[in-house]
Amino acid sequence: MPAVSKGDGMRGLAVFISDIRNCKSKEAEIKRINKELANIRSKFKGDKALDGYSKKKYVCKLLFIFLLGHDIDFGHMEAVNLLSSNKYTEKQIGYLFISVLVNSNSELIRLINNAIKNDLASRNPTFMCLALHCIANVGSREMGEAFAADIPRILVAGDSMDSVKQSAALCLLRLYKASPDLVPMGEWTARVVHLLNDQHMGVVTAAVSLITCLCKKNPDDFKTCISLAVSRLSRIVSSASTDLQDYTYYFVPAPWLSVKLLRLLQCYPPPEDAAVKGRLVECLETVLNKAQEPPKSKKVQHSNAKNAILFETISLIIHYDSEPNLLVRACNQLGQFLQHRETNLRYLALESMCTLASSEFSHEAVKTHIDTVINALKTERDVSVRQRAADLLYAMCDRSNAKQIVSEMLRYLETADYAIREEIVLKVAILAEKYAVDYSWYVDTILNLIRIAGDYVSEEVWYRVLQIVTNRDDVQGYAAKTVFEALQAPACHENMVKVGGYILGEFGNLIAGDPRSSPPVQFSLLHSKFHLCSVATRALLLSTYIKFINLFPETKATIQGVLRAGSQLRNADVELQQRAVEYLTLSSVASTDVLATVLEEMPPFPERESSILAKLKRKKGPGAGSALDDGRRDPSSNDVNGGVEPTPSTVSTPSPSADLLGLRAAPPPAAPPATSGAGNLLVDVFSDGPAAQPGLGPTPEEAFLSELEPPAPESPMALLADPAPAADPGPEDIGPPIPEADELLNKFVCKNNGVLFENQLLQIGVKSEFRQNLGRMYLFYGNKTSVQFQNFSPTVVHPGDLQTQLAVQTKRVAAQVDGGAQVQQVLNIECLRDFLTPPLLSVRFRYGGAPQSLTLKLPVTINKFFQPTEMAAQDFFQRWKQLSLPQQEAQKIFKANHPMDAEVTKAKLLGFGSALLDNVDPNPENFVGAGIIQTKALQVGCLLRLEPNAQAQMYRLTLRTSKEPVSRHLCELLAQQF
Amino acid sequence: MQFMLLFSRQGKLRLQKWYVPLSDKEKKKITRELVQTVLARKPKMCSFLEWRDLKIVYKRYASLYFCCAIEDQDNELITLEIIHRYVELLDKYFGSVCELDIIFNFEKAYFILDEFLLGGEVQETSKKNVLKAIEQADLLQEVFFLCCLTKAIGCLGEVWEGS
Repeated sequence: MPAVSKGDGMRGLAVFISDIRNCKSKEAEIKRINKELANIRSKFKGDKALDGYSKKKYVCKLLFIFLLGHDIDFGHMEAVNLLSSNKYTEKQIGYLFISVLVNSNSELIRLINNAIKNDLASRNPTFMCLALHCIANVGSREMGEAFAADIPRILVAGDSMDSVKQSAALCLLRLYKASPDLVPMGEWTARVVHLLNDQHMGVVTAAVSLITCLCKKNPDDFKTCISLAVSRLSRIVSSASTDLQDYTYYFVPAPWLSVKLLRLLQCYPPPEDAAVKGRLVECLETVLNKAQEPPKSKKVQHSNAKNAILFETISLIIHYDSEPNLLVRACNQLGQFLQHRETNLRYLALESMCTLASSEFSHEAVKTHIDTVINALKTERDVSVRQRAADLLYAMCDRSNAKQIVSEMLRYLETADYAIREEIVLKVAILAEKYAVDYSWYVDTILNLIRIAGDYVSEEVWYRVLQIVTNRDDVQGYAAKTVFEALQAPACHENMVKVGGYILGEFGNLIAGDPRSSPPVQFSLLHSKFHLCSVATRALLLSTYIKFINLFPETKATIQGVLRAGSQLRNADVELQQRAVEYLTLSSVASTDVLATVLEEMPPFPERESSILAKLKRKKGPGAGSALDDGRRDPSSNDVNGGVEPTPSTVSTPSPSADLLGLRAAPPPAAPPATSGAGNLLVDVFSDGPAAQPGLGPTPEEAFLSELEPPAPESPMALLADPAPAADPGPEDIGPPIPEADELLNKFVCKNNGVLFENQLLQIGVKSEFRQNLGRMYLFYGNKTSVQFQNFSPTVVHPGDLQTQLAVQTKRVAAQVDGGAQVQQVLNIECLRDFLTPPLLSVRFRYGGAPQSLTLKLPVTINKFFQPTEMAAQDFFQRWKQLSLPQQEAQKIFKANHPMDAEVTKAKLLGFGSALLDNVDPNPENFVGAGIIQTKALQVGCLLRLEPNAQAQMYRLTLRTSKEPVSRHLCELLAQQF
Repeated sequence: MQFMLLFSRQGKLRLQKWYVPLSDKEKKKITRELVQTVLARKPKMCSFLEWRDLKIVYKRYASLYFCCAIEDQDNELITLEIIHRYVELLDKYFGSVCELDIIFNFEKAYFILDEFLLGGEVQETSKKNVLKAIEQADLLQEVFFLCCLTKAIGCLGEVWEGS
């Protein structure tokens, strides 16, 4: 019998819904809705008190309208009234409305909470469940504050009905996820663990979810759940298919509970107790055995439920990664699924095998399925399955099968879906580099990539091939020959022109002996592509041409002709024009020797993490590199690609911070954000070190060019000023910082540029940039008067231990500053280790004969050396958990000093230097960030969380770092910003 | 589970349940995007797909698509069966459920879902127990009606004991 006839049919509602369904157009629908809204409004406003039924009906209509996607801004009060009705369905509709249309009006919340409180206290299980459902559905902080303390009591009370316990457990889980701090741990936790023994399967099902969540934060408090979970699981797994009555699902006993128990066990390492472990292994074996039994039903529900348990079992086996026998069995089982007729199973088998491939015990077993996986890549009709196959090929690749896998992936690339091409390109590039036995194969592979999927070859990929060719002289000749041939294709991708241009500019001489690739031929080949290329590529080619003038003097006249052409010298693009002018001048004024020096072959690039690997990780999140990340399984791989350059901290200080933030997952310091501007593009190719040129003031491009030019004009001035090296005056020589010094400093915690100080005489401006542990700061001293300052001398002083923590090199400035003039001082800063106090800047001069002196704090704070780190929620929490020692955490709760604006806060946090991580905190109002402080001696991983409470106008800021003083210091610095 | 959406082949949203706090704007954006993605898929394709950093599990029943978003470590197959069990519950309650039942009795569809899933986790997997809770409520409402008429509040207790 349909429910509508079960007594509560709301005729008016049904009529309204029919009307809406009959509307022929969106306009008609809106018209009908507006009419209804007007009607409801007038009913609610009318003098006549509405009876419960009408109120329910209208509230329900409003809900329907809202769910259709229209805004509803009234009716909340009527819904709240329904909550205190003693008619069940009225109450129920009231609660439904409240949980769907959560309202932040505080008066309303008070009323709602009151109604919930009454229902929770009613001892009527049906009402209690309704109230608990509402709390769980809303899950707001306000609800948490009001009820988080009561619910554990209801959960473990001896007289609570089973259904109430179930709702209470999951309600608490929801509140805990939203605001863990509001749920007090206590003696109830021990009793919750014992719910695993409850005789009501529904109670166990709900409780396991709660325990799984709670134990992640407090593993030790819940340790006893391991043996309880194992015995519960064992009872289920060994029960006959009908033992559990209604908890059996298509002949599978309690599949949901089994999966949840297996998940819970994945929060812990293998059980220490031998008996428990034995029992568990037995369970896992039983599951694997059952997979081989003939199915008890042909229904897909049967096989899905059974395989859900199987996959979760395999996840647990992989998580333990300690039972070779089980791992290999798991792999064989997945191997069977690879050819299953169910697409879903093939998909999951490919996915699960990816993780198996990274276990040393099962890597070989996974490799035996290579042909099936390659076949999947070729024949699967669903792109998401093909994607999984590509992932698995990548994960199972090692030296023995690299050539096969790379060639299959290249072949696949020709027909691959556009959506996954870039990723395939990255993977091929990484594998080719990682497992290259000879570099000619590597060069061929990358050039093939450009040929097949040039549009999807990102900058990182072709930068990388240039780096490798530059660093390996055994492959340079081959590379020059190959690009030369590739460029002869009638249509070749622009990326090919870039690679070709760069390589020929460096190593074209190696093939110049062959008349077929003589210098003029090389040049005209390149130049034939020139006009079709983008500005960035043309800029690169101009650099190639000037290199040609050095390599092949016989091309000089031709090239000078090209540079001199109006289309270059008067090019509308300033970059091209500038290059043409400068290169032309350089080629005419410089002697051969000078040219040879300036245009010498590029020095080898410092080895560091492949920027491609970093890009793939950014694309896929940490863990994407799987087993390849660190070459642990294959130590010899380091000599092929240079591997991951060990950072000083991982070598010398085995501090817990070493790999905490996944330093290897961090974007490589030297790879600039991939912009297509010509300047950036070139600096990555030409710059020689990660931080040799922090590219400050002058654009990176200028920095490159400045190597070719006479020293910048400011230097001679500095030479004239005072040749004697300036000894830093000791701290005793300078006065104490001015009273506002701290306040001024605070202004610069989250920004790098601005006015540091100003009075009637003097203005000091700051421009600074930091990269890794290095920084460069420009100080601008402006004389605001019309009188010359004399004996002008700004110096930087390191109080206390700072000298060992921070190195600041300054250049002297002119001793006279004319009235109205500005002088500039450059500071090179290196952070040696973590520091707490900023250096002092002492400025002294004579103004009209009177000595002036002033001491400021230099805006260099530890957070300037932050490197933002992106990571997924899971990794964040894992690292957060790893930093759980009390001294690693610093927390501050403070009042907001500025209006609480999320955008401003975001900007400040970014300015502070950390990455902002979205979708980590369950509460979207909160901010979560991560980063690494880079110092010369060590790196400090930092995690931070900022929780604004708009109502109270307060913030709570929590910092966790691997170094105690750093946590505290960062916390203090940052707290002053809001 | 982060959310569950029910929508028709025409892309009309029939039920939405969110287990994570999101603004209405975000909800609408997500819905639009997912409905489009799922409807574009062909019948024989796999029921799982990666979407942002979540996994989407969906299945079509007659004219309705049931679509769940789960987290990375969640089990896809068991989620597929969560969907199926929910369909079974609706079916049992309405008696061969069709899309119209869910349109006209949307509030019931929400109530049944709340008994089955709470806060995104499975609360009760027994079909009997879930329906008992719902039917008890239906019954209760009739009885309340009677009780109010006769002012015989006492019968309430009997109803519970009797059920």
